[in-house]
Amino acid sequence: MNHALVIGIGNPWRGDDGVGAAVVRALSGHPGLETIHCHGEPAELMDLWAGFDQVFLVDAVVTGGAPGTMLRLSADQPLPRPARHSSHGLGLAEAVELARALGELPPQLVIYGIEVESLDDGAGLSPAVAAAVPEIVETIVGELQQRKVAKTQRVQNGF
Amino acid sequence: MTTRTIEVNALARVEGEGALYVRTEGDRVAEVKLRIYEPPRFFEGFLVGRDFREVPDITARICGICPVAYQMGASQAMEQICGVSLDGTLEDLRRLIYCGEWLESHGLHVFMLHLPDFLGYPDGITMARDYPELVRNGLRIKKIGNALMRLVGGREVHPVNLKLGGFYRAPTPAEVAALREDLAWGLEATAEALEFLAGLEFPDFEMDYEFVSLVHPDEYPILHGRIGSSSGLDAPVEDYDRIFTESHVIHSNALHSHLSDSGRPAVMGPMARFALNRERLTPRAAALADKAGLGAVCRNPFKSILVRMVEIAFAFEEALRLVDVYRAPTRPAVDMTPRAGTGYGATEAPRGICYHRYTLDDDGIIQDAKIVAPTSVNQPSIEADLHGFVQANLDLPDDQLRHRCEQAIRNYDPCISCATHFLDLTMDRG
Repeated sequence: MNHALVIGIGNPWRGDDGVGAAVVRALSGHPGLETIHCHGEPAELMDLWAGFDQVFLVDAVVTGGAPGTMLRLSADQPLPRPARHSSHGLGLAEAVELARALGELPPQLVIYGIEVESLDDGAGLSPAVAAAVPEIVETIVGELQQRKVAKTQRVQNGF
Repeated sequence: MTTRTIEVNALARVEGEGALYVRTEGDRVAEVKLRIYEPPRFFEGFLVGRDFREVPDITARICGICPVAYQMGASQAMEQICGVSLDGTLEDLRRLIYCGEWLESHGLHVFMLHLPDFLGYPDGITMARDYPELVRNGLRIKKIGNALMRLVGGREVHPVNLKLGGFYRAPTPAEVAALREDLAWGLEATAEALEFLAGLEFPDFEMDYEFVSLVHPDEYPILHGRIGSSSGLDAPVEDYDRIFTESHVIHSNALHSHLSDSGRPAVMGPMARFALNRERLTPRAAALADKAGLGAVCRNPFKSILVRMVEIAFAFEEALRLVDVYRAPTRPAVDMTPRAGTGYGATEAPRGICYHRYTLDDDGIIQDAKIVAPTSVNQPSIEADLHGFVQANLDLPDDQLRHRCEQAIRNYDPCISCATHFLDLTMDRG
């Protein structure tokens, strides 16, 4: 059985930071998939994904790319951790690396970062980011299917 | 004469943006600066002209770690002006959510920010590889704090359920009782962790501090008390502005504070609370303090990690007591009618006294606001520690000395973003 979870991270009241929540809304009710929105606190994330074998994190990113651009990172590799000077809030990459150090990463963890345009208070998603939501949804559903197929093949091949 | 400079341009594992500069000439420390370059935040300015009922929500935004301290101090000041007092159940609920804030704040600082210094790791993540159980327990302790904040405050960060006179909604006894198991676990986990921490190696370093904290005859202070000090000060919160004189130093966007009478700097926070209130700790926390080898007073700032841990035990024990006696209040908040006047509030934030003063007009519109965060008060003491420590350890190579200096700052768990309160900015451009 495929046991997958999508976690949308970010503050829906801060413009494009709401992209995680928007993706979760769009995927809610999709068969074979659970969805949840959270703020990305490390202990909370580890609790949420415990027991799932495939987890997708969706969050806003700022890397200087065009708004709406989708960045895919797999936690198979250590995530790049930018130097942080304020550590009372741990970033998502730090949360993932902390979970790795504690041996609490799910078997498959993929992070989708969506380049933002605006993080204004009270604003909705910008057109570019809103337009990217269906694409992210489609990509996640595609990955889910692929894994299902791969699993079925493994079962058929007797692995 | 040899001149050495030790600089850290962006301090890690502290909240907010600050830097460190130490210059020695020959065998003497010539200059020490804790540079706080995080921009001023002007909260006091924002508050002027706003309705008095807005203060809990606006001041909560000063800090993501200690929002309750701001909400409580601001609420107390408004309640004083309006002549309102809360009944025991509502006061207990406030104390309960405040325990949650201590657990969140101390839990994060002890395990993720401070402990790596003692065990020789650059950060908590790297440390977690070798000490997974310790980190896992630390995260769970913090998470229990989050759960308390969520239940009483509506959410973990910047709680939305707090208002003047109490709460929008009071939790049900069943919801409160559900916390019990985690709190009991937390107390045991804390005892275990403290045993480990007591075995750490601490630099041999003590300072002759002037400790200042709230002092209450019946309880370890969180929400109430008079202002007390290690030199015998005993004054009501209303005297705060007389007790402390604030001044601007050019290298910091946070005003420095000194005791007006002696001109000395003060130390606030866990070591001060412990020194002035040790006998009012809860029984288990007091026993753990003994076991950890903490005497009546702790003057070694590096050992503040032990004191913080004792306070974590206290917060668990106190929360357990509050959970056990909880009954739903008859109403979640007391009604308030505005009137003109000046009110004061002070509570023990995780880092020490968080002081508020507001003046309202007849309609409850704020005419004047003053908020002092404990980190700003602690700045001169942090600099004095650095001065003393570097002077006593000039033989250490630069990299080791730099690391120890950073640790000396982290001893205070400084919350730099909170500290940058500004009343007037006077630029002297020579």
